[in-house]
Amino acid sequence: MKLMRRLLPHPVLTLLLTLTWVLTVNSFTLNSLVFGFLLGLLIPFLTQPFWPQQLRMKHPLKIVAYILVVIWDIVVANITVARIVLFKPNAKRQPTWVTIPLDLRTPEAITVLAGTITMTPGTVSADLSAEGHALLVHCLDCDDVDAVRDEIKQRYERRLMEIFE
Amino acid sequence: MDLVTDLLIAAFLVMAGIFGFVGSFGLLKLDDPMSRLHAPTKATTLGVGGVLLASIVHAIAFEGRLSLHELMITLFLFLTAPVTAHFIAKVHIHRREETGTLPDAGQDGIWATHNIPDEDEQAETPN
Repeated sequence: MKLMRRLLPHPVLTLLLTLTWVLTVNSFTLNSLVFGFLLGLLIPFLTQPFWPQQLRMKHPLKIVAYILVVIWDIVVANITVARIVLFKPNAKRQPTWVTIPLDLRTPEAITVLAGTITMTPGTVSADLSAEGHALLVHCLDCDDVDAVRDEIKQRYERRLMEIFE
Repeated sequence: MDLVTDLLIAAFLVMAGIFGFVGSFGLLKLDDPMSRLHAPTKATTLGVGGVLLASIVHAIAFEGRLSLHELMITLFLFLTAPVTAHFIAKVHIHRREETGTLPDAGQDGIWATHNIPDEDEQAETPN
């Protein structure tokens, strides 16, 4: 069991790398599958010092729902931002900083949250506080700071909490 | 049937073109550095996404095979766009913002970019 942990430190990453390789090669053959699996074994083994802790997920299946929500939001975000860029004069725009206090503690989950914020409606994540208890977000056009904060916490952070913690 | 798929592919490409244009236009039009970050990070996702969707539809309809490595381009884009935006934002905070111009950092009191250990600060200030 201990040997297993040493040789295969991140089983999820191994699976993900194999899948990535097969999709990148763009043909599902035994050849690409075996090579992808070899990469999936080698890369986590070599990069192990960077990820000392094994990633734990409580409800991995909820990722699918999360991805769907985010894809939908990205489409909406593109249209919202396009409208602001094309039709709103710069003087009328209200760019603001927003602080999001974090309940998430897993580094991977915070990374996903920060990435999601950048990809969705009018917000870019800019910085993390010194000990990682808050996220600094820049808003392209917002008149209600509290509403933005509550939406991010409700819509994304709550779902990530369910997946990771 | 061919006409319908042609139209679908054309629609995806036109949509991609429009969003690509909006992204570049936003970079010119918006007037402060942080706001400028918004236009390219978002508008390009749907811009590139449209081209990739058109490519997938084309492969299925005209070459008769399922091509999914376009999804990988989307994935890589979703991984790299936020990281790049985050880096640019951090440079901006480092060079143009003070602790006073940013909102309160909550219980930690300071944002990570401004949290420079003493010896680093001395090394950074030229004599």
